[in-house]
Amino acid sequence: MPGVISARGLRKTYGDVAAVDGIDFEVEAGESFGLLGPNGAGKSTTMRMIGGTLDRTGGELEVLGMDPGSERPQVRAHLGVVPQQDNLDEELRVRENLVMYGRYFGMSRSVLAAKADELLAFAQLEAKAREKVVNLSGGMKRRLTIARGLVNEPRILLLDEPTTGLDPQARHVLWDRLFRLKETGTTLVVTTHFMDEAEQLCDRLIVVDHGRIMAQGSPGQLIREHSTREVLELRFGSARNAAVVQQLKGVGERNEVLPDRILVYARDGEAALEEVAARGLHPVTSLVRRSSLEDVFLRLTGRSLID
Amino acid sequence: MTEVDSTRLVYSGDGPDHGDMAVRARRSGVWFYAETVLRGMRAFALPILLYAVAQPVLYLVALGVGLGELVDRGTGPVGGVDYLVFVAPALLVSTVVMSVSAEMTFPVMSGFKWNRLYYGPVASPLEPSQIALGHFTAVMLRFLLQGLVFWLVMLAFGAAPAGWVQSVLVVPIGMLAAAAFGAPLQAYAATLDDGFQFSLIQRFVVMPMFLFSGTFFPLAAMPPYLHWIGWISPVWHGTELARWASYGADLSWGMTALHLTFLLGCTAVGIWFSVRTYTRRLRS
Repeated sequence: MPGVISARGLRKTYGDVAAVDGIDFEVEAGESFGLLGPNGAGKSTTMRMIGGTLDRTGGELEVLGMDPGSERPQVRAHLGVVPQQDNLDEELRVRENLVMYGRYFGMSRSVLAAKADELLAFAQLEAKAREKVVNLSGGMKRRLTIARGLVNEPRILLLDEPTTGLDPQARHVLWDRLFRLKETGTTLVVTTHFMDEAEQLCDRLIVVDHGRIMAQGSPGQLIREHSTREVLELRFGSARNAAVVQQLKGVGERNEVLPDRILVYARDGEAALEEVAARGLHPVTSLVRRSSLEDVFLRLTGRSLID
Repeated sequence: MTEVDSTRLVYSGDGPDHGDMAVRARRSGVWFYAETVLRGMRAFALPILLYAVAQPVLYLVALGVGLGELVDRGTGPVGGVDYLVFVAPALLVSTVVMSVSAEMTFPVMSGFKWNRLYYGPVASPLEPSQIALGHFTAVMLRFLLQGLVFWLVMLAFGAAPAGWVQSVLVVPIGMLAAAAFGAPLQAYAATLDDGFQFSLIQRFVVMPMFLFSGTFFPLAAMPPYLHWIGWISPVWHGTELARWASYGADLSWGMTALHLTFLLGCTAVGIWFSVRTYTRRLRS
């Protein structure tokens, strides 16, 4: 089955600066595909080029067999877009936001009346239907924006940083909604700088930094390839971390010194911690955890995702 | 909480045809966006309506009847008619032009910056040009209502002696004058990043235009070195046409053509720049 999105050598430059610097990827129908990277990595730029609201500088890009650079309205008719910043119409009420957005797709009012009810139920906003958007919480606005993105029954839903700025509870409610979409086979393309979000939502992802792809694969695959099974986090106090690291040579497979802690990459974290104690080192705190995409990113770029 | 069947929300192949959506949006996208703007105005329907009724009544009572009494007693009829009749069509034109200066500044900025309203539809099949034209169309429809109300008030005051068949033309004339000022203003507002300039426009463009465009006295009554303000003012060109419509003031074919060309020209240039700016800004 051919990919629903296919990019080859995709580039976007602003003057001399390359925001997206020649990337290749394919998104298959029904998969949940992620772009993981820090702010400014080129994720949103890539999303906007896919969404037909930003012209590319070079390379090839196909969305459902169409060129989003030259067949913009046609491409956009097939997509649902959830932008990074909510841009709901605050002068309209919750339900009206869905109906008026559906009108942009030429949908009739009678179809939209039924559609808006379904979408409000999906977004768990039935009780707020007649509320002014300005009175909604951040999580509710986000769910409304996602519902709005579904109004045209899109073939692909583009989500740019869907949970940035939300509190943990609101994030979980949102993830639950996105899971439901994923289960029904909607193709999701998600950008995020949260590793937990990428791990939870994405079947497959690309790790991007400075407009280039650093690695790609499923979250599990990336962790296996670029990190160890477990990580031991040690804190000796910010003044001592750098000095102590010399005495940790040979513990685990490798280690990484961050300003506030030392990360020891090991297959068995507990065993590594025993070895540390055996060397007469006593950290202020220690923690053994599973490797995450954060570790993958650190390994690939030498930087953490959230600076 | 109703449990929803999320399979009904997503693409199944037998739902709406996305190709048709693109075709419909290309055909009627301007109107689709105008609908949203009009729906947004509905939240302010009462103030807009009250303003539309109260403004002509207050102006015509104060200037037409009150000041008019003095003028008529002092200098006699202006332009061959009572001062009320003289000033009414000009007030219609200047008030819609003043209103357009509010509609085409802050709401445009809200579209690009404050609420980023334009960035929602731009991800739908609508094109930036349709968003620009849709916003413009909605504002013009608002002035259709405002102009009609003003004209009805003029009729009630007996301030449109040419009869309703001819005098109703003051409504499209007012809209045209509003378009001639509003379209370039929309294009200019679309280039800005904050609303700081709007108060300057209000003070140094809108106010002088209101005062020196032959609204309260004929342009010829002003010192010649101020006449140019009228010549470049949509208010003056609109007022000259509206006075003909309202009470049959003298207007040659040549001047009619000149006024219409000026107003249509400003509108066309403004729309062209708006479309260009919206496209550049919403697609970069």
